[in-house]
Amino acid sequence: MSDDVSPLSLNVPEPGCRPGDSPDFSDFEIPRAGSVPRPAVDVDPDEIRDMAFSIVRVLNKNGEAVGDWAGALSTEELREGLRHMMTLRTFDARMMNAQRQGKTSFYMQHLGEEAVSCAFSRAMQPGDMNFPTYRQAGLLIARDYPMLTMMNQIYSNAEDPLHGRQLPIMYSSKEHGFFSISGNLGTQFVQSVGWAMASAISGDTRIAAGWIGDGSTAESDFHAAMVFASTYKAPVVLNIVNNQWAISTFQGIARGGVGTFAARGHGFGIASIRVDGNDYLAVHSVAKWACERARRGLGPTLIEHVTYRAGGHSTSDDPSAYRSKSEAAAWPLGDPIERLKQHLITIGEWSEERHKQAEAEILDQVVTVQKEAEAVGTLAAGKTPSPRDMFEGVYETMPSHLIRQRQEAGF
Amino acid sequence: MAQMTMIEAIREAHDVAMAADERVVVYGEDVGYFGGVFRCTAGLQEKYGKSRCFDAPINEAGIVGTAIGMAAYGLKPVIEIQFADYVYPAYDQIVSEAARLRHRSNADFTCPIVIRMPTGGGIFGGQTHSQSPEALFTHVSGLKVVMPSNPRDAKGLLLASIADPDPVIFFEPKRLYNGPFDGHHDRPIVSWKKHPLGEVPDGDDIVPLGKAALRREGNDVTVLAYGTMVYVAEAAAEATGVDAEILDLRTLLPLDLDAIVDSVRKTGRCVIVHEATRTSGFGAELMSLVQEACFYHLEAPMIRVTGWDTPYPHAQEWEYFPGPGRVGEALKKVMED
Repeated sequence: MSDDVSPLSLNVPEPGCRPGDSPDFSDFEIPRAGSVPRPAVDVDPDEIRDMAFSIVRVLNKNGEAVGDWAGALSTEELREGLRHMMTLRTFDARMMNAQRQGKTSFYMQHLGEEAVSCAFSRAMQPGDMNFPTYRQAGLLIARDYPMLTMMNQIYSNAEDPLHGRQLPIMYSSKEHGFFSISGNLGTQFVQSVGWAMASAISGDTRIAAGWIGDGSTAESDFHAAMVFASTYKAPVVLNIVNNQWAISTFQGIARGGVGTFAARGHGFGIASIRVDGNDYLAVHSVAKWACERARRGLGPTLIEHVTYRAGGHSTSDDPSAYRSKSEAAAWPLGDPIERLKQHLITIGEWSEERHKQAEAEILDQVVTVQKEAEAVGTLAAGKTPSPRDMFEGVYETMPSHLIRQRQEAGF
Repeated sequence: MAQMTMIEAIREAHDVAMAADERVVVYGEDVGYFGGVFRCTAGLQEKYGKSRCFDAPINEAGIVGTAIGMAAYGLKPVIEIQFADYVYPAYDQIVSEAARLRHRSNADFTCPIVIRMPTGGGIFGGQTHSQSPEALFTHVSGLKVVMPSNPRDAKGLLLASIADPDPVIFFEPKRLYNGPFDGHHDRPIVSWKKHPLGEVPDGDDIVPLGKAALRREGNDVTVLAYGTMVYVAEAAAEATGVDAEILDLRTLLPLDLDAIVDSVRKTGRCVIVHEATRTSGFGAELMSLVQEACFYHLEAPMIRVTGWDTPYPHAQEWEYFPGPGRVGEALKKVMED
């Protein structure tokens, strides 16, 4: 070894801001709204490599929708989208509170990320399938999955569709295009590719959407999904929700100091796009583009939704222990509900009064449903699933050893 | 009836299932054009097309993960892991996903997949081509675990596994692919050509899951075995003259406990044989079950003959492999106790 070599040291990336620091997003490059052109859906992924380093944005600072990606939704659809996001936020607030009251064990909210799942949902069609993580309940809300059923599961009461077997927010609804959430991270990403391959094998036109967080892109399943999606040109849209934080770990630990999460798609020849995840119009427009590519057999698309987890990871998490309390307020892409509201006001299709009225209506609706769910029961009181249910459904037909164990348990 | 090797029987089971049901798709490493490194899927791509039988990237988690997605769609994937030794990258997908999907979604989604893999030693495969990891799967609720020991069962059990509504781990003892093997590695290789269990019924007759087979009737001692060990036990019984009753378990989960209990209550003695390592091996489960159900019928302590708790060695293969010598000693000892 030559004399000019110094001892090595380990590089451990650090976020720009820890508790007590002033948030600083000055390194975060945000392109002007409307500045990224919308390519044809049959574009060669190689020709849009720059889109993995830019950010598709539609709503500008003045609340106007600008550029090629604007104009995909009617004002009626935008008002409905606003209502979906407001409903999800209200639902979350009530359930966070219910958890603190001991009515359920655990909850995970979407605060700041409502646009991602609510807007994406609109680009999918009946018969398509999402393979979500635990922070995409907007896919259900926007598909009119009954809030009562969601709450019955959150409370693990006698009407819980999953009979108390699964964690509170790990929903499942084939009918609503929502694959059973595992809770293990990353596993569903490759399953979405398999589902999409099955559609192609069957000669159907249905498509799948996989979901994964920034932190979980480090899992081997991410790589597996990308390889299979690329090799078989699966009709799938692969979504990375980059909300900057994986519990207490900032996104740089999964990404390293290089490139973007979207750029991971380049090695696989997969069309890769970053989108402003707090811009309802941008998320929807990019999702629509990617879904059309998939449905026309033009191949998979990797979308990085750039957003911010404004709340804790879950009810078991206190973010003030690892990040600045003012970071959420300093997040430069703003709040998705506020931005869509401002847009609708700007174009004369909404007002502060109507917004307040809508908030009151939604709260009333959610509280009414909540009372109905709590009348059945919560984890703490009321009617609960039978202990027999834990033995049911392990197999289609219960084998004799399980029957014996159920009898031994006294059920 | 046709006389077949185990490879041919497995290939025919695929063929029968694919002809009967277009939802059956087959893939894995080297499985498509080439037909698998052991040739179990040879000819299927040519016959059924590339979208129903194809090569997969070398990524076991991806192979199983995509199969789960396909099963959720409504297909019936029958996938090959090239060696059981390679299944570990897929363990999370099998344990956390395939095995639990029905339960956690209350049957909103189910997972009727078959994961085939060659298992076991006796081929100088060293530590990465010889393992017997069945106990890692019998420990998992929601799975079924199958291991045939002959061509007839291989076809019938594979057809039953493909028809099953739940995920099945299907172990194929690779030393038995071309003929029965009794552990006498120094003797000439025997083929399936003249063996009665090499006669395989035509068509779609299944061998039901969860049923053991009586391979040798006897009165002195019950031997619980599966896979290659069935033939080792037969050789040991012949060599020692111990009148052993040999049960080929065939399905480990769910287990045919009735057949085991009936036999042990009759003989009053029990020897358990498997290739896998001993500690926390499937033999421990068998011993517990027999103890719970047959304690007052036992006339001697039960004995396990297993692989040692070491990685599967290369040069020391025959000192590791539970051959007829070690099984014979166990038979004699259990009769003396």
